[in-house]
Amino acid sequence: MPNLKDRLREGLEFLSPSNVGKYIQESQIYRSIFRVGVPDSDRKRMLVMLGSVFLHLHPVKVRKSGIRMRYTWCMGGITFFLFLVLTFTGLLLMFYYRPTLEYAYVDIIDLREQVPLGIMREIHRWGAHAMVISVWLHMYRVFMTGSYKPPREFNWNVGVILLVLTLLLSFTGYLLPWDQLAIWAITVGSGMARATPFLGHEGPGAALLTLGDIPLVSNTSDARFALLGGRFVGEAALLRFYVLHCVGLPLVAGFLMAIHFWRIRRDGGISGPV
Amino acid sequence: MEFIKDFINFLSDPKILIVLASALLFVSLRYPHKFYTDRAAAIVFSGMALFLVLSMFDADFRLIVSKPDNVPIVGMLFLVPFFTWFSMREAVRNDKRLADGKPLTEQEETAEKVLTWPDLVYTELICMVVLTVVLIGWSLLLPAPIEEPANPSASPNPSKAPWYFLGLQEMLVYFDPWLAGVVFPSLIIVGLMAIPYIDTNPKGNGYYTLKERKWEISVFLFGFLVLWILLVILGTFLRGPNWSFFGPYEYWDLHKLEALVNVNLSEYIWVKALGMGLPGNPLIREIFGFIAILAYFLAIPAVLAKTSFKRFYNTLGAARYHTMVFLLLAMASLPIKMVLRWLFNLKYIVGIPEYFFNI
Ligand code: HEM
Ligand code: HEM
Repeated sequence: MPNLKDRLREGLEFLSPSNVGKYIQESQIYRSIFRVGVPDSDRKRMLVMLGSVFLHLHPVKVRKSGIRMRYTWCMGGITFFLFLVLTFTGLLLMFYYRPTLEYAYVDIIDLREQVPLGIMREIHRWGAHAMVISVWLHMYRVFMTGSYKPPREFNWNVGVILLVLTLLLSFTGYLLPWDQLAIWAITVGSGMARATPFLGHEGPGAALLTLGDIPLVSNTSDARFALLGGRFVGEAALLRFYVLHCVGLPLVAGFLMAIHFWRIRRDGGISGPV
Repeated sequence: MEFIKDFINFLSDPKILIVLASALLFVSLRYPHKFYTDRAAAIVFSGMALFLVLSMFDADFRLIVSKPDNVPIVGMLFLVPFFTWFSMREAVRNDKRLADGKPLTEQEETAEKVLTWPDLVYTELICMVVLTVVLIGWSLLLPAPIEEPANPSASPNPSKAPWYFLGLQEMLVYFDPWLAGVVFPSLIIVGLMAIPYIDTNPKGNGYYTLKERKWEISVFLFGFLVLWILLVILGTFLRGPNWSFFGPYEYWDLHKLEALVNVNLSEYIWVKALGMGLPGNPLIREIFGFIAILAYFLAIPAVLAKTSFKRFYNTLGAARYHTMVFLLLAMASLPIKMVLRWLFNLKYIVGIPEYFFNI
């Protein structure tokens, strides 16, 4: 009959971190999730890159010059990470936020005062600002290394559209808190659309588009009206911006990012001198 | 102290700021090995940091810089010059290596392939962790702004667009909304997308260099640094009520008046030069403006093709050449109009307000 001390020692040995780690890694559950196991050999390090949905965004091997922070400033990756953070925090905000004139503003106040760990709004807002800056810097880097040159012309163009989408996402999100800052910034910004040539009621050429005496482009049928769903920034605009911000634009942006990343691989990985 | 503040206020005037920044950019591109050194960077960035810290003692400065939404732009004020310096320093180094017949910095490592796990995956992981910590720290320290509930009948003064559009709002000083708010933004997008198809220079693909791409880089940097980033900064920090200019240490006085009487080109010519009245027919009235605009967009490309841009015309071919020159002229129209405004108070080159057609 082993005494208590020996049993205790056995138990403790069994519970030591390395043993528990090994036990977990050998369990059927773990092996079913991570097929390769711990990447402790070069072979496994390659297999792990091929086996995971997330990691297979990257190739198995990369050119050493391409992974230098000095070269890419990590800006594309930072932009992507910020997009993921925004999607996650945006989703949490959607639990609380209702896009109506009655609730929008009070919901934003409640986000700070009632909701536990109430910094989701902060992370979302500062993340959005940071993403605008990082996408500008990413474009700056790609220009300075001449990485838009063949064969990467098309991916530069995908990038330009992503830049526009980032600005639109930020613009549509700006309205949602429904305070003075929000509606007047959107009023100024969307006011430009009334001056669209031919399509805005205060744009050059719009006066030419008439059907007999009836003007075709008026303040209830022009580009700005289409954008806001009204003659001013009101309830319809809030709903429109909300739907675009939370569903439409993120979907399009996510889709284009998939193309962007795919093309980086197809174009021969991160650029470098030949 | 007051003297220094007044001097900085004076330097921040859009005219002076834009001219100085452009001059600095072009001189630095002329002598990159003098400007983009470690020492220059140490001096410039510690100078900027000192300026920011000392200026915080000024109440008006503190008010505008510490507005929550402006904090990221203060960050940008450092990040953009930093990366400009950084990429130019790499370029200068590479240019020197090329001149010495040595391989580029990047080239030393292009042949070598490394395993993505761990070399890249770990860098990314660290980057994400750092960024998460920064975001959380920032969010704990600085609450997101929320003002009074929306009130459609009380418009604040100044009413500003979101900060990244303030460059466009700044253009409204010089151009009407149909140009500043619609045509130019579209041309910026088109212009950016056109870059890879216009720039046929095969050199400088995949590494930092200045010598091999001097022309492209100069144009892009002028557009990006001066006409984009600087205008955003100007619109954020230096434009107050009624979109008047306010120096960084100036109180945002609602009643600051800028007595400016801007004059149209048509009035300059018909009334002041020819001593006649303005013709009633707008097309005749604006005839000189139309001629100027047509000459600008049609004659200049043709003349340049035969003279200083001959090499572009020959290497690019007609289609690329004309796209490039049109985009360049469109881009140049902003600084040109700025200068005309500053020197002659010129309002419109073509002004037909009856049809909202003002240029
Ligand atoms: C690239 C991505 C995004 C950008 C640049 C962005 C930007 C913004 C901005 C600037 C605001 C105003 C924040 C504030 O005033 O506090 C906002 C609000 C909001 N966003 Fe986003 N956003 C992005 C993605 C998303 C996504 C993917 C979702 C949802 C799935 C989302 C949901 C929301 C909600 C519900 C609000 C209102 C709450 C609030 O204003 O704090 N966002 N967004
Ligand atoms: C939401 C926006 C964007 C995301 C998430 C994104 C993401 C990325 C990532 C992760 C890379 C890998 C290399 C790096 O990090 O630098 C990359 C490369 C690239 N991006 Fe983007 N990008 C975005 C916007 C843009 C924009 C605005 C442009 C240009 C106007 C652009 C053009 C390119 C090009 C040409 C490459 C290939 C660079 C090379 O091979 O060296 N992207 N992008």
